[in-house]
Amino acid sequence: MRQVQQKDTLTVKPEAPPLLWRHHHILDLDDFTLEEIELVLKTSDAMKEVLSRAIKKVPALRGKTIITLFYEPSTRTRTSFELAAKNLSADVVNLSAGTSSIVKGECLIDTLSTLEALGADIVIMRHPMSGAPYIAAKYLKASMVNAGDGWHAHPTQALLDLYTIREHKGSLKELKVTIIGDIKHSRVARSNIWGLTTMGAKVTLCCPFTLLPAGLNHRQDQFPKVTIEASIEHALDGADVVMALRLQRERQPSGLLPSIREYVRLYQLTESRLAKAKPDVIVLHPGPVNEDIEIASSVARGPRSVINEQAANGVAVRMALLYLLAGSRQL
Amino acid sequence: MSELLIQNGHIIDPSQGLDETGSLLIRNGQISWLGLGKSSPPQPDFDVINAEGLIVCPGFIDLHCHLREPGYEEKETIASGSRAAARGGFTTICCMPNTNPPLDNQAAIDYVKLVATKEGVVRILPIGCISRGRKGKELAEMAELAQAGAIAFSDDGQPVRSSRLLRQAMEYSLAFGRPIIDHCQDAELSQGGLMNEGIIATRLGLSGIPAAAEEVAIARDLALAELTGARLHVAHVSSQGSVELIRRAKEKGIRVTAEATPHHLTLTEEKVIGYDTNAKVNPPLRTQQDIKALICGLNDGVIDIIATDHAPHTENDKRCEFARAPFGISGFETALGSLMNLVHEGKLSLRLLIAKLTSEPAKITGNRYGKLGTLEVGAPADVTILNPGLEWVVDTKDFVSKGKNTPLDGERLKGKVMATIAQGRLVYKDDGITIERKAH
Repeated sequence: MRQVQQKDTLTVKPEAPPLLWRHHHILDLDDFTLEEIELVLKTSDAMKEVLSRAIKKVPALRGKTIITLFYEPSTRTRTSFELAAKNLSADVVNLSAGTSSIVKGECLIDTLSTLEALGADIVIMRHPMSGAPYIAAKYLKASMVNAGDGWHAHPTQALLDLYTIREHKGSLKELKVTIIGDIKHSRVARSNIWGLTTMGAKVTLCCPFTLLPAGLNHRQDQFPKVTIEASIEHALDGADVVMALRLQRERQPSGLLPSIREYVRLYQLTESRLAKAKPDVIVLHPGPVNEDIEIASSVARGPRSVINEQAANGVAVRMALLYLLAGSRQL
Repeated sequence: MSELLIQNGHIIDPSQGLDETGSLLIRNGQISWLGLGKSSPPQPDFDVINAEGLIVCPGFIDLHCHLREPGYEEKETIASGSRAAARGGFTTICCMPNTNPPLDNQAAIDYVKLVATKEGVVRILPIGCISRGRKGKELAEMAELAQAGAIAFSDDGQPVRSSRLLRQAMEYSLAFGRPIIDHCQDAELSQGGLMNEGIIATRLGLSGIPAAAEEVAIARDLALAELTGARLHVAHVSSQGSVELIRRAKEKGIRVTAEATPHHLTLTEEKVIGYDTNAKVNPPLRTQQDIKALICGLNDGVIDIIATDHAPHTENDKRCEFARAPFGISGFETALGSLMNLVHEGKLSLRLLIAKLTSEPAKITGNRYGKLGTLEVGAPADVTILNPGLEWVVDTKDFVSKGKNTPLDGERLKGKVMATIAQGRLVYKDDGITIERKAH
């Protein structure tokens, strides 16, 4: 009986005009059009509906093998992908650098071709070096999903951020989105800048200039236009959305900051500073949060925070992406 | 084939100011006769290359390449590297000492010279280390290296960090009349850098190397050259600011020469988009503005020569994450084809390009090894024959070099080396060239 019911759930066909989806890999958002992002968000709505059911499982990816390959530690992203894959009835294998032959010095491309030979249809990879998924995609027939590469990109995080903002604001067009913190080393910031600007939002970056990447606004054919503000008060003025980034403690000894104390004094997102933003502002953070460093705990846990919604939406958005990828071609 | 006539080519020899039709005869490894117009040598009974429609010029001299032997023979050997050089039109190549062991002692220099004699097909002039083991701590025995045949001194691949050591090297080198070649880069500013700092690096999330890392080091080296009066040669200049610094130093009379590579003259940082490890090179590919300044420097003499910085690596070395890949481009076999682009675009005259590859580097190497970079009668018969308008597609499968690492694979280039004659021996011949054998 249950089996029949599950088959029925297949009719939860998110409106996926197959012609619109042309991605075999998900590497970054710089090659996503507005329509493609909309499609992911709409598909995520359907997945969220699945997640609200008593039985949060549909058979869409039954018989598919998904491997998560994490060269860096991660809790939320890896778990979120695993749950997403399992909710779609895929078989999931989790590999992390410490427990595989990677520790024996196997090179990335060899590792991936082994996984492919073992039958992987989708490989979800987190890697400390920027561009690693691009190198992998060159040699891989399976779909590659970038779960974060170095400083470069974290497209699924950005999509779940867009989804969360859309839930609250309806449209992203003309929203003022302020990103505060270590932009230079942040893959979350980079992917969000692509996604947000594609959706029509205006992005303001705020950080000490040692944590600002080089060459911003020099060439708009290469990277979207952003507003840069050194003063957090100006940056927050009239903001619809505020995103605080995690500050890695090792930035201080490497000379980019005189002290964490001074960073906190100048850039911590506090309640009084947040008062500069619009009254209906929402506060995002990709996690894990360093409470009372980049964000005051009262803000992180306060009424404007949507940090927990981000985590919940992550599963729906990743289900949507896996679903769309599986339809992209005969996996 | 001890006698060969190259007939009715367009001879360009900047050393003699030649730019006209002519023929030349090669006998016993030397240029034995040179005739302008449609003249013929006295007894017209030789093997003949009909060079009508082709450029005939002195063999190219490369002041900067990496032959990897001894130590890294999987990347390149003296045999493979010198054949690749021949295919690129080079008849004299100066190899950098970052081998294993490094060329910091007489035995190592002797080894390279011995293998070059046995297995090389072009003239190979080794460059000796500045510091023992290239460690930047104490001077190598530079007098012994010079005596063994080192053409210059360099710790290339690594900048000389210590200003004190570099000063001492410069002062000590004064006695030998050989230049100090420095890889100018401030090690702290470039630390961890993978490509040019700027918006492309930002987009790709890669750590940048600012142009200032090079400029800071060049400024220091120029000050030390002024202080010591030594000859400084700046390797692979890559930025606009560097060109300006060298220009001012030359105006001041500081004894400095400088080189630019074909890749820095023709490619920008955009080649790295997509994380192409074959475009990872140090100094990094920079911007259109830098290219403009480098070309301007070539034209007004601030940049004296073009050198390849041929840096071969195995396919496996480059088949990895961008951050893990070694720096370097295999450059011999595409040098002329990519440089000819500048000529076709009207940015550089063919005559000047040839000067930058022949007579100008010969001024830096000197005449210690015979008269190089000239077609003068009596000079060693180092001759390169070019077809400036021939289009071809780069296919690394055809490379003679073991290093297939170039971002130009699959690109269409216009201008090709048709034949290379080194010390009288035909060491490379394109299929399009035929030799008429005359019956004696």
